[in-house]
Amino acid sequence: MPAPVIDNWSKPFWDAAREQRFILPRCTDTGRCFFPPAPVSPFTGKPHLEWVSSPGEGTLWSFVVFHQKYFEGFRTPYPVVMVKLDEGPSFLANLRGAPASELAIGQRLRVVFDPEENGITMPQFEIIR
Amino acid sequence: METPNISTPWPLRDKTAFAGIGTSAFGNFPESDSYGLGCEALNAALDDAGLKPSDIDGLIVNRIPSYERFAEMMGINPQYCLLTEAPGRFSGVSLSLAMQAVATGAAKTVALVYGNNGRSVRMRYGGGDSQWSPWGMTSPGAIHAMMWRRHMHEYGTTHADLSWVAEAFRHHACLNPDAVMHGKPITREDHAPARPICEPLALLDYCLINDGAVAWIITSAERAKDLKRPPVLISGYARQDNFTYGSAPPTDFWQSNLGAVREQIYARAGLGRDDLQGLGIYDNFTPTVMFSLEGLGFCKPGESGDFVKDGALRLGAGRWPTNTSGGHLSNSYMQGWEIIAECVRQLRGECGPRQIPDARAMQYICATNIAQSVILRRG
Repeated sequence: MPAPVIDNWSKPFWDAAREQRFILPRCTDTGRCFFPPAPVSPFTGKPHLEWVSSPGEGTLWSFVVFHQKYFEGFRTPYPVVMVKLDEGPSFLANLRGAPASELAIGQRLRVVFDPEENGITMPQFEIIR
Repeated sequence: METPNISTPWPLRDKTAFAGIGTSAFGNFPESDSYGLGCEALNAALDDAGLKPSDIDGLIVNRIPSYERFAEMMGINPQYCLLTEAPGRFSGVSLSLAMQAVATGAAKTVALVYGNNGRSVRMRYGGGDSQWSPWGMTSPGAIHAMMWRRHMHEYGTTHADLSWVAEAFRHHACLNPDAVMHGKPITREDHAPARPICEPLALLDYCLINDGAVAWIITSAERAKDLKRPPVLISGYARQDNFTYGSAPPTDFWQSNLGAVREQIYARAGLGRDDLQGLGIYDNFTPTVMFSLEGLGFCKPGESGDFVKDGALRLGAGRWPTNTSGGHLSNSYMQGWEIIAECVRQLRGECGPRQIPDARAMQYICATNIAQSVILRRG
C-alpha cells in the first residue's frame, strides 16, 4: 500500500490521525478550511494558518469502484468515496463498515480510523446510520 | 451563438499555419522508441511540407526524453527549442507556444514532435505516489469515473449515453485504415457489458495506449503559402486554467474554465459555431467529450446525453462529425496530437471515406484544468 505524502505541511495532520483526531488547516484571514495542507492559504496566498479540530463529517459527492489493480495491498473491487466535508474541502478515502452497494450520493458520512500500521493511521469514512 | 467581434481582431488570427503534418504507424513497436518514432513522424511532416531538417529553426518536443538528443539525431540546430510537459493538455499548449514563437519572430518554422512508446514499455496511467494513492485513488480514468457518476446524479444522464460516443468514434476508426481499431466495429449494445475498469466506467470508455508519434510544422501564413501543401490557418486559440480544485476531481466538470474559453475562442477566430463542419475533442475517456460539448456551449450543462443521441457526433448521421480518425478511444491515445493532425487533414480534403463534405473550419477542444480550444480553417 503506498505511504501517504508526509511533508512539513501535512505532518500535523498525520500526527493527529495517529491519535484518532481529524484536523484541518484553516485560513485565519477568511475562516475557510482547505486540504491538502500547504505553506500558505489558497484563498490569500499568505501563511496565516491555524489547525482546527473537525468532527470529520460530510456529504458523499460521488464514488467509484476500482476493478483495475494499481497497488499492492488493495483487493479489487474496492470503492473510493469523495466526501465534501462540512468545512468545505473535498476528501477522498475508502469506505468502512458497509459494501459499496450501500452508497448513494448525498449520504452523510463521517471519519473513522483504521488501526495503526507502520506508524500510520489512515482516516477512512463510514455511512452515518 | 457568439457574434465575432470584428472591430478588435485577435492579433494572432490567421497569422500562423500548419505547413506539414506527419504520423508514424500506431501500435506495439518494441523495436523502436519515442526517438525512433518521433524521427519517423518528423520526416513524414518534412516531406509533407517539402522542407529539410535545416529549414527548421524552432523545435518543441513532447514525451521524447531529451530535446538535445532529438535535435542532435535530426541534425537540427534551432534558435528556439524546448521540451513541454507530458500531460495531453500540452499538445494545445505546445501549439500556442509555436504560434507565439512564429508571430514574435523567435523562429520562422517550428517543428513540433510528439513521440510515445507507452505501449511497449507497458506505461500505466495510474499508480505511483500522489495525494490520494494511499487510499488507492489513482489514474485519470478514476477522476472521470468520479465526475461522470456525479453528472448522472445531478442531471439524470446515464452510462448508456456514453455508448453513443464510443460507437461513433469506433465507426470512424473503421473508415480509417490506419486506426488501431480498424476492422473491429462495435455496436452500442457492446458498451454496457464491457469489462469494468473503474465503475461507473468500463473498457469502451477508455482510450487506447499505443506506441506512435505525430509531428506538425508551423510557420507564418505568408510562408506557408509558398510551401508544397495548401496551408491550414490557425484562426483562433483560447485557454483558461483552473488549478483551484484542491487536488480532487473538479466539482464543476471544468465548466468554469471551459466557459472562459467559450467566451474567447469564437471572437478570436472570427468564426462562429455555424461556420464549423466538424470537431476534434480530446477523448481520453468518453465523459471528457460530454464535458467538452457542455463547456463550449454546444448544449446546455447537463444536456450532453440528449445531445449525442442519434449519432450527433457520427459522420454521415449527425451535424457534428467528431474525431473522424477514431480519436483516442478507437485510433490511438496520441494525447491530442493526432486529433489536431486529423483536423488538418480534413481541411485539406484528404480523408477519403471519412472525409467531412466541404470541411472549411474545424474546432479542437480539450477539457481539463488547462482548458483549451483551437479553431482551424482552410487557407
